[in-house]
Amino acid sequence: MFYREAGDFKTSYSADSATFPILFDRYRYYLVLIVGAGIIPFVLNDYWANSILIPFLIYAIAAMGLNILTGYCGQVSLGTGGFMAVGAYTSYKLMTAFPGLDMISVTLLSGLMTAMVGLAFGLPSLRIKGFYLAVATLAAQFFLVWLFNKVGWFYNYSASGQISAPTRDFFYFTNIAVTGPSAESWAKYLFCFMFVFVLAWVARNLTRGSMGRQWMAIRDMDIAAEIIGVNPLKAKLTAFAVSSFYVGISGALLFTVYLGAVEVGEAYGITKSFLVLFMIIIGGLGSIFGSFAGAAFMVILPVFLRNFLTGTMNWDSALATHFEFVIVGGLIMFFLIVEPHGLARLWALVKDKLRLWPFPH
Amino acid sequence: MLDNATEGYVTADGRQIGPVVMEMKGITLRFGGVEAIRGISFDIREGEIRAIIGPNGAGKSSMLNVISGFYHPQEGEVFYRGVKRPPMKPYMVARQGIARTFQNIALFEGMSVLDNVMTGRLNHMKVGLLGQALWWGKAEAEEVKNRAKAEEVIDFLGIQAIRKTPVGRLPYGLKKRVELARALAAEPQILLLDEPMAGMNVEEKEDMSRFILDVNDEFGTTIVLIEHDMGVVMDLSDRVVVMDYGKKIGDGTPEEVRNNQEVIDAYLGVSHD
Repeated sequence: MFYREAGDFKTSYSADSATFPILFDRYRYYLVLIVGAGIIPFVLNDYWANSILIPFLIYAIAAMGLNILTGYCGQVSLGTGGFMAVGAYTSYKLMTAFPGLDMISVTLLSGLMTAMVGLAFGLPSLRIKGFYLAVATLAAQFFLVWLFNKVGWFYNYSASGQISAPTRDFFYFTNIAVTGPSAESWAKYLFCFMFVFVLAWVARNLTRGSMGRQWMAIRDMDIAAEIIGVNPLKAKLTAFAVSSFYVGISGALLFTVYLGAVEVGEAYGITKSFLVLFMIIIGGLGSIFGSFAGAAFMVILPVFLRNFLTGTMNWDSALATHFEFVIVGGLIMFFLIVEPHGLARLWALVKDKLRLWPFPH
Repeated sequence: MLDNATEGYVTADGRQIGPVVMEMKGITLRFGGVEAIRGISFDIREGEIRAIIGPNGAGKSSMLNVISGFYHPQEGEVFYRGVKRPPMKPYMVARQGIARTFQNIALFEGMSVLDNVMTGRLNHMKVGLLGQALWWGKAEAEEVKNRAKAEEVIDFLGIQAIRKTPVGRLPYGLKKRVELARALAAEPQILLLDEPMAGMNVEEKEDMSRFILDVNDEFGTTIVLIEHDMGVVMDLSDRVVVMDYGKKIGDGTPEEVRNNQEVIDAYLGVSHD
């Protein structure tokens, strides 16, 4: 009844190309923002922050990044873990070399550094496509992890080979730590929330405008894209750069805010690349909302299963952990068969149905 | 005799045909040992409808691919507006104001009709990556301005009702029309159409013919057309190039071409004895 386009007339082209053209959607979005930024930080406890909300926000950034590259521009990448490691190690070097630097600058600079690395590893995409490109990015994944393991300079020659985040502030002149042991959950949460908000907004702007159309044109039919005036070199490389920027920020946040201490092979190995890839496949390729949905699915489901199996069913925790893998894997397959376009498509279907509800005829 | 570089003429139905905009000189294109095009020369005048015809495998599409920069001929030169064109990538050719459609529809299937047409406006959009990321101000103004242009084209081709439909869901005839819309959105000076009527029924062909004439009439767009339907070609075009086995066997008005013995032989076959 309330979810209608009818009567909501658009009188300008800018209103027609708005992100949430339906009034109800717009209000829902504002509600999510208000709850996310204004209410959750006050009622947040450590368990919710550390096991669900913060990883969800951080992986949502990575998923958006990979979605820009794979979902919008059609370039398959298996190097996400490696690029996240670039973000993490850049932030570590910046934090230790410039103790005065605030975390916003550190994180943004880490993103920029990763964008440059991504640009370099994106160069093969000009000559190779599809599975072959995936293999080339796989090389980036293994090379980067090897590099951070091998060269002592990156981890400041620490004996364990680990990197750990020192305490740093949110921004200049503020005394709110977002990294290190003394950081409060709500501060970490808000810090990530802010990045997610801005990056999602930017991603949406890029993908609805001329840049996004160039990416999608390359994805759908690269020959036709070229004939219409898309410079494939520029379009693919910007996709790699923007995508790596997002992935780098996500990797930096994962290390500085969430994990605190990291061993590169463990935190940023090939499994991380697959995790983010699963997120966008389950969430929906070529959809910003899908990135969020996929990240939520992959973060919340294991936590939920673990609590359900050990808590409600009283299973042995080792058994529960193994069953968790089985169930998550099974669900992924189920999803791919039933809804290959992901949660975003399901969501769109629900919205289509809602438009006619409760009188579908 | 007209001076090709400067003079034009007026056709019988009162359309102004300008001087030569594009000239092919001795184009030869080889794929390994196969000569797809052998030493072909012809010119295209501003504002005319120029047809390229010939039996299958004559090299018509290859010729179009040479014009749009997909293939680079081994011999010969392309002159555009009196200037010799260096070997160019297709997207650079597009920036010179040459748009085309494909024989097998090459639309962006995952995007809506509107997005497809807007992609055609690409060369008119200049705001950089950062401006687009922020959206407000310049990027939005540019988007709206180009949207208005895209809507004009959508109006012109009568596809308003499907503007938000994903292209993948459209039937064949409409896809052909959307592809024309995308090419037109670029406001091209030369429009290359590769078999725009292939696989259409009579009504759709009539619609498409009308669109082609209207485009030529209203925007003054020069049109280069490959088509197999002789009736359409003879009715629409001002001048016709006939190719066979990569060679040019005829060039002139539809009337001249129709009476050319070599052309008749190529189409009807001739006994080689």
